[in-house]
Amino acid sequence: MAQARTDIGPPLYKEMLPPVILENYGKWQYHEILKPGVLVHVSETGAKLYTVRAGSPRLISIYFIREVCDLADKYCDGYLRFTSRHNIEFLLSDEAKVDALIADLSAIGVPVGGTGNSITNIVHTQGWVHCHTPATDASGIVKAVMDELFEYFTTMKLPAKMRIALACCLNMCGAVHCSDIAILGIHRTVPKIDHENLHKLCEIPTLTASCPTAAIRPNPKLKSVDIKAERCMYCGNCYTMCPSVHIIDAKNDAVSIWVGGKISNSRIGPRFSRLAIPFLPNNPPRWPEVVDAVKHLVEIYAENAQPGERMAEWIDRISWEKFFEVSGLEFTDKHIDDFTLAQTTFRSTTQFKW
Amino acid sequence: MTDTKKTPLLDELEKGPWPSFVTEIKKAAANNLSSQDLLGQLELSYVEKKAHWKHGGLVGVMGYGGGVIGRYSDVPEQFPNVEHFHTVRLNQPSGWYYNTKALRQVCDVWEKYGSGLTNLHGSTGDMVLLGTTTENIQTIFNEVSNFEAHPMDLGGSGSNLRTPSCCAGPARCEFAMIDTLDLCHDLTNEFQDYLHRPMWPYKSKIKISGCPNDCVASIARSDISIQGTWRDDIKINQEAVREYVAGGFDIDGLVVSKCPTKCMAWDGNELTIDNANCTRCMHCINKMCKALRPGDDRGATILIGGKAPILQGAMMGWVIVPFMKLESGSGYEELKEFLEKVWEWWDENGKTRERIGELILRLGMRNFLRAIEVEPIPQMVMAPRANPFFFWWPEETVQD
Repeated sequence: MAQARTDIGPPLYKEMLPPVILENYGKWQYHEILKPGVLVHVSETGAKLYTVRAGSPRLISIYFIREVCDLADKYCDGYLRFTSRHNIEFLLSDEAKVDALIADLSAIGVPVGGTGNSITNIVHTQGWVHCHTPATDASGIVKAVMDELFEYFTTMKLPAKMRIALACCLNMCGAVHCSDIAILGIHRTVPKIDHENLHKLCEIPTLTASCPTAAIRPNPKLKSVDIKAERCMYCGNCYTMCPSVHIIDAKNDAVSIWVGGKISNSRIGPRFSRLAIPFLPNNPPRWPEVVDAVKHLVEIYAENAQPGERMAEWIDRISWEKFFEVSGLEFTDKHIDDFTLAQTTFRSTTQFKW
Repeated sequence: MTDTKKTPLLDELEKGPWPSFVTEIKKAAANNLSSQDLLGQLELSYVEKKAHWKHGGLVGVMGYGGGVIGRYSDVPEQFPNVEHFHTVRLNQPSGWYYNTKALRQVCDVWEKYGSGLTNLHGSTGDMVLLGTTTENIQTIFNEVSNFEAHPMDLGGSGSNLRTPSCCAGPARCEFAMIDTLDLCHDLTNEFQDYLHRPMWPYKSKIKISGCPNDCVASIARSDISIQGTWRDDIKINQEAVREYVAGGFDIDGLVVSKCPTKCMAWDGNELTIDNANCTRCMHCINKMCKALRPGDDRGATILIGGKAPILQGAMMGWVIVPFMKLESGSGYEELKEFLEKVWEWWDENGKTRERIGELILRLGMRNFLRAIEVEPIPQMVMAPRANPFFFWWPEETVQD
C-alpha cells in the first residue's frame, strides 16, 4: 500500500459544490423559509437553490451515511452538507423534488425542520460513549430531550430561535456557555487521590499548576499532592492532567441547567448563559428530571417572550428576579458567583424588582 | 462473535421520534465486534452512571503529533474488542460541503479498519471516526490520504492549531461578507505544520463566520474569531421594503423598534438608516433580506481570546482588529502576519495549558497589543478603565 501523504490539507471545497452553487457563488441575493426545514436561496441571476434541513443524532454509522448519500444521489445530484449543529442539509436545484425527498427521509425516520423560530439540533459532546472525564452522558440526554421537544424542531412557533447545547463536563468540548439553554454535566466532590501511583504517572508541578483555585499543594512526604477541600470547585482539570486524581463520582456527578446565552450579534450582542438550576440528578436512561426542566424552560419562554425575543432578551426585559419568580426555580447560594466573573454579577444599585 | 448482550437501558433510547444513536450503534454492531462491545460497555455505564474509558494514551501516525486520540477501555476483560478504541479526526472540507463519493470512500475505509461509527461532526469541525485499534491507524491514514479523488488529511489534536472551521459562506448565504470557505481552506493549508505537530503551550482554534450572526459560534468556541462585516452604508431597496409592508410585515414592531441603536425610521413610504450610528448587528438585514443588504466595503472583525471554562473561566473573544480587508483569493498576507505575531507572543510567554485569552488577562492587554504592534482604539473596549492604578511605559515618564 502507498505511504501516507502528509500535510495535504483538507479536500478542496470547490469539488464538493453542486453546479447551481458554483454558478451562483457569492451571488445569492436573499432567502426565504418555504416551510419548516425548507429554505430557498435566490441568486441575482434568478437561479434558485433549495435546502432541506434534516435532524441527525450526530453519532451515526456508516450505514446511515450511505442511506443519506443514496438520497443525495437520488435528489441532489450527489451533493449535501452538514451544519454547525450537526444537521444534514440536502441541496436541490429542483423544487419539484423537495416533497419526495422529505417523504423518503420520513420513511427512514429522519425528521425535517430546525429552521427559523424553532429548536434545532442540540450541539453536544461524547459522554460515556467515548470520553474519560464526563460527569454524565451526552447522546442519551440529547435523545431524551429532543424526543420531548420534537414538535419545536418540526414547527416554527417559538417567539424566536432557540439554541440548546449540552456538554458532559466543564471541559465543554461543546462550548455550551453561550446558549439559550445549556445542559452541563458537573462534578460536585473533591477528587480522590491515589497516593500509591501518583508519582509514577503524574508530574507534580504540572498538576499543582493545573488548579484554577490553587487548591492543590505538593505533599513531598508521600511524593504526591494534597487538595484543600474548601478551595476545590470540582472543575476536573487536575484529572485531565493526572489519572491518579479521580474526579468521577457516580454518586454525586450531576446535571446543571444554564439559560439566556447567545452567540449572534443581532440586536443584543453575544452573552454567557447563566445558572438556572444547579443540580438535577444523573438519571439514565432517559433523565426525566432534566427533560422536564428543559421543557418547562422552553414553555415559560414560549408563553412569556414577545415576538422576536430570544431567551436572553426576554430575561433582560423582565429581570432575573422576575425570571426566578415566573419559572418557579429556587434561587440558592450556588447562583451567586464566586469565581472570576463574580464582580460583574453583584448588584450595585438600589434598582430592583419585587 | 461475542454473544450479543442484552441492553435494556439503552433500548429505552430507541423509543421516541428523534433519530436514535443507540439504533446507529446497533447497526454498526451487526457487522462489527468493537461496536458490539461498545454497546455492552455503554450499557454498563448506564447502570453504573460513569464512563469506562481509561485516561488518554499516546497513539499516532508517522510524522504527525496529533490527529488521533488514544482511547482504551478500563474493563477490557469484559469488552475485549474495545480494549483499544481510538478516535481518528479527518479534516473536513470548508463549510462541511460534500459530494457523496467523498463520503462513501471514507465509509468504505472505516468499514474495513474501524468500528463503523462516526460523528458528523466533532465539536471543532472534523469528521470524527470513533473506534479503531492501534495497528490500524497508520493504514487508515495511508488509505484516506491516497484517495484518487478528494484525498483526506488528519485534523488537529493536542497542543496545536486545531482544525479551522467556517460557516456555509458565499456558497449558500447572501450574508457572507468574506469568502469563509476560501479563507478557511487557505489558512488550513498555510498552517499545516502547526496543525499536525504540537509545539505550543496549548490548543489554538480558528473559526470563521461570514457575518456577525456567527453561525459557527466563533466568538465562544475559538481563540481566533474572524467575522465578516462592512464599513459603508446598508443598501436599501425601497420598493422591496414597501412590498414587505404591503404584505402585512410589521416593520415597526419587528425591525425599527428592535434596532439596538435606534438608527432607523419608517415614514410609511421610505425606510431611512442613520448609518453612522449603525453597529451592524444584522437584525434588520436578517428580517428583511429581500430589501436590505450589507454595504460593499467588506472585510472582517477579528476577536481574540474565546474559550470554554478550563482554566480561568469561560471567555468570549475580544475585538483586537475592528476591520481588516480579506479579499477572496488574495492570499491573506496581512492576516497571516497578524496570526504569526499573536501565536509568537503566546508561544513565548504562555504557560503550559494557558490559552491566549488567559495569557492576555495575566500579562495585560497593553503588553499584548504592543507585542503584536496594534494601536489601541476605543472600538476594542466596552468602556475605559475605572481603576485608577495603571502602568506607564518607562519612556513615558521622566527618568532620573
